[in-house]
Amino acid sequence: MSQPAYSVIGTRPIRHDGADKVTGRALYGADFQMAGLLHGFVLRSPHAHARIKSIDTSRAEAYPGVKAVVTAADLPESSDRMVDIGEGETPLSYVRGNVLARGKALYRGHAVAAVAAASLHVAEEAARLIEVEYEPLPCVLTAPEAMLPGAPLLHEDLHTHELGEKTSTASNVSEHFRHVMGDSEAGFAEAEVIVEREFSTSTVHQGYIEPQNATALWNNDGRVLVWCSTQGSFVVRDATACVLDIPVSRVKVTPMEIGGGFGGKIPVYLEPVAALLSKKTGRPVKIVMTRKDVLEGTGPTPGSFLRVKMGAKKDGRIVAAQAYLAFEAGAYPGAMVGPAGMCVFASYDIANQTIHGYDVVVNKPSTAAYRAPGAPNAAFATESVVDELAEKLGIDPIELRLMNAAKEGTRRADGPKYRRIGCVEVLEAMKNSEHYRSPLGGPNRGRGVAIGFWFNVGLPSSCTISINADGTANLVEGSTDIGGTRTSIAMQAAEVLGIPVDRVNPTVADTDSVGFTAVTGGSRVTFATGIAAYEAAQDVVRQMRERAAKLWSVDPDTVEVDRGQYKQNGHSMSFADLAARIGETGGPVVGRAAVNPKGVGGSFAGVVVDVEVDPETGKTTILRFTSVQDAGKAIHPAYVEGQMQGGSVQGIGWALNEEYWMSKDGAMMNSSLLDYRMPTSLDLPMIDTIIVEVPNPGHPFGVRGVGEANIVPPTPAIANAVSHATGVRMTRLPMNPPAVMAAIWSKG
Amino acid sequence: MHSFDYAAPDSVSAAVSLLAANPGARLLAGGTDLIVQMRAHRREPGLVVDAKRIPELSALTFDSGGGLTLGAAVACWRIYGDAQVRAVFPSLVEVASLIGGTAIQGRASIGGNLCNAAPSADATPLLIALGATCRVVGPAGERAIAAEDFCVAPGRNALADGELLVSIHIPAPRPGSGAHYLRFIPRNEMDIAVAGAGVSLTIADGVVTAARVALASVAPTPLLVPEAGQAIAGKPATEETFALAGEAAKAAAKPITDMRGTIEYRRHLCAVLTRRALTAAARQAQGVH
Repeated sequence: MSQPAYSVIGTRPIRHDGADKVTGRALYGADFQMAGLLHGFVLRSPHAHARIKSIDTSRAEAYPGVKAVVTAADLPESSDRMVDIGEGETPLSYVRGNVLARGKALYRGHAVAAVAAASLHVAEEAARLIEVEYEPLPCVLTAPEAMLPGAPLLHEDLHTHELGEKTSTASNVSEHFRHVMGDSEAGFAEAEVIVEREFSTSTVHQGYIEPQNATALWNNDGRVLVWCSTQGSFVVRDATACVLDIPVSRVKVTPMEIGGGFGGKIPVYLEPVAALLSKKTGRPVKIVMTRKDVLEGTGPTPGSFLRVKMGAKKDGRIVAAQAYLAFEAGAYPGAMVGPAGMCVFASYDIANQTIHGYDVVVNKPSTAAYRAPGAPNAAFATESVVDELAEKLGIDPIELRLMNAAKEGTRRADGPKYRRIGCVEVLEAMKNSEHYRSPLGGPNRGRGVAIGFWFNVGLPSSCTISINADGTANLVEGSTDIGGTRTSIAMQAAEVLGIPVDRVNPTVADTDSVGFTAVTGGSRVTFATGIAAYEAAQDVVRQMRERAAKLWSVDPDTVEVDRGQYKQNGHSMSFADLAARIGETGGPVVGRAAVNPKGVGGSFAGVVVDVEVDPETGKTTILRFTSVQDAGKAIHPAYVEGQMQGGSVQGIGWALNEEYWMSKDGAMMNSSLLDYRMPTSLDLPMIDTIIVEVPNPGHPFGVRGVGEANIVPPTPAIANAVSHATGVRMTRLPMNPPAVMAAIWSKG
Repeated sequence: MHSFDYAAPDSVSAAVSLLAANPGARLLAGGTDLIVQMRAHRREPGLVVDAKRIPELSALTFDSGGGLTLGAAVACWRIYGDAQVRAVFPSLVEVASLIGGTAIQGRASIGGNLCNAAPSADATPLLIALGATCRVVGPAGERAIAAEDFCVAPGRNALADGELLVSIHIPAPRPGSGAHYLRFIPRNEMDIAVAGAGVSLTIADGVVTAARVALASVAPTPLLVPEAGQAIAGKPATEETFALAGEAAKAAAKPITDMRGTIEYRRHLCAVLTRRALTAAARQAQGVH
């Protein structure tokens, strides 16, 4: 298929924020300074589950240098109100309860109180003088355990939502949903080969390099000013206003540079606490988490228990699939099992499916989104089962996937019918890759493949573009830039304006200075904010045509525009020349757009991986890793590759070593980057990338979001590779050396 | 972090006086363990005594017989930066390069690693295998402690109140000898040993004449396993022989199950690591690279 020739789209310009980042001048939240700044320290629960009988802050308040102490008693009383905290609605009481524990501490690390002082050390020492009387309660740490009758209940008032109906059963199961398509029992009766297995995955953390931080000033005019690291400044504004029970217009959030988020920087933790401390002291208060706070007190991704059963005919056609998904939400409902239910069989066209999902609260930190949340867990199970089906059928694992691949028109069990998607193209690219066709070589080695899906989201974005007389454009948008999106958005505007991208100056603005823009999440920014920039640039072009028409005394509709050149019947002017004359043709030119695009395009990603397992230690070495992803259209291919490599690395960590190691009483024993083993550069090969481009018809340049799907296939691909290397099917994550050794021993 | 006093004496005797007068005081060398522990409230000394201004603790000297005396606060970079140490004790260079990253190695010391008394200390099994002795000075005078006797429990060493480790003496290697430390970590860097084996051996005419094996992370302290050395003395320097030492190490190990590994797995690793470390040490002893 021929693609339009672009001037800017598809090139690899230097990022606009590059100079500040490489010279260390970029300002992150922890860098924030202000006259009179106080430092806050958050006291956290040492118990995984305990009733808070009393909190005595008097000794802390009397400690020299302490300016204020706050607890949940300083927050407004909670009601049943629902609030939107970025990717869906949540009861306000849960949001408030997670910010400062009220009545009960539900996990170790749950914030209980906070102290502000001129020195962080003083605040910390004073916090240790706060006397909290806890009544420790039995804790539950896994979904299967929490679902047992008689399990200790986290929330006495939590009643199961059973298949859409509110029940009166008090339980740790917040929700049970079911998706049914066709008749899976009939499908299995027809199947000639069936594989059914149980899987489990551990709680893992996003592992962003920059800890959460927030500075708040409750100003004398009643406005609350916040500077923080977030994926959504409007999310912080709205959530902070809700928690503090003040109008959103009273909160102004200025997003600082962000050192990674991956979904973990959508919830608010510190902002309302810093605001309360500021209200009491009249001074700005900054709180910065330690790594231990981050691991114990912010939202990781759910641990999960899964059972997947799939049946196929001897010719390879998959005729039936069932999934049972039980996900740990952590302390409050919302385990992202819904997305898991959407993605579990999303790569396949299977007529008969039944999917059950359970959202289960446990005494661990309240989980947050993590890059395609829920999908990697689900794919780990499905793609392992598909691999085993391929083995039993004697069919190449990519061929089997191609035979059953989802296509345009395929319906998912949760309802949607696919528009144009790139599942087949991704599989073809895997099959035709030099990697897949190369010999594996050597003993103790295995090759694994897997594919995965993420649906991506749209949501609102706003953008303005102001034209300068020197032919440049100031672009203001509200999407905090995590993956280089200032540039990928500026590139889309530059393409429309017909100017080089370095003539567009993008700024991520505070919540007073740009229209509402939803969270940087769901792989939406280059898609949705990209459309906002595209539309705003079209608005500029429309106005510029009017200016040209004015100069030439012609009808604006007769002015043609081609790559920044404005023409009419022998007249011709460049964008820059026209910009130089906007003063005399009517004054400022400002393009604007506010969009809520519906044409989101889901993305498929695949992995081919070679591993070698040391048969004496169980240690897995990744020898070669190829990530393939459908970008729709890669606006900035280097950033697309960066996303693919980043998702791959996180998937490798998830597969091999990362886990929350919990003591029986619910304490995380490895809450440091020494013991929470993310891969280092020495643990990784170069991650090779193959970008596939099946344009998304819902975006003017064909963009699909690329931030997330790439983390879905790595865990099963590695599991399949390790299984082939060892001869033992791996069904639990992480596949760390002791686990692999135990599997090898189990062969006898 | 809590408030504490800080002193930086310039002599061993002044340091001993300070330590003796302030029970609970801690000596600070590189601080790469102590400061982390203080920040986590695992240790809360009222007085921190900085060792780095005491000349003897920062000296690295070879005696006429080729033995090495390593001041207790000598940072790792000085070990791998010293040409003579690189020539005489390549295994010590490897261990000094293994502890932390470059920045940490600018501060962290082998003496500090020993005094911190972690069962997982990377340097200690090698010191034991090399037959190192520790020179200790206290209010009652001076004494020598064998490296294998220096750690007494997790986080606890043999120093009495007021005593400090001045230096570590490593005897000159015998002709035909080699040494190696091998640890197992799930990643390739930045990790605590799940198990480790420090070994030394001497080979004459293809036969092992003497060997010492010490283990990390599989007992409350770094553990000398005399049975492992005895099991291979007098036998040909082959992988089969080294496997016998591995089995002896496995039998002697007393690990626990924790987040780093199970009892069964760690005992298994002792056999694997001891055999592999002896194989590497034998190559060094026989001049094979």
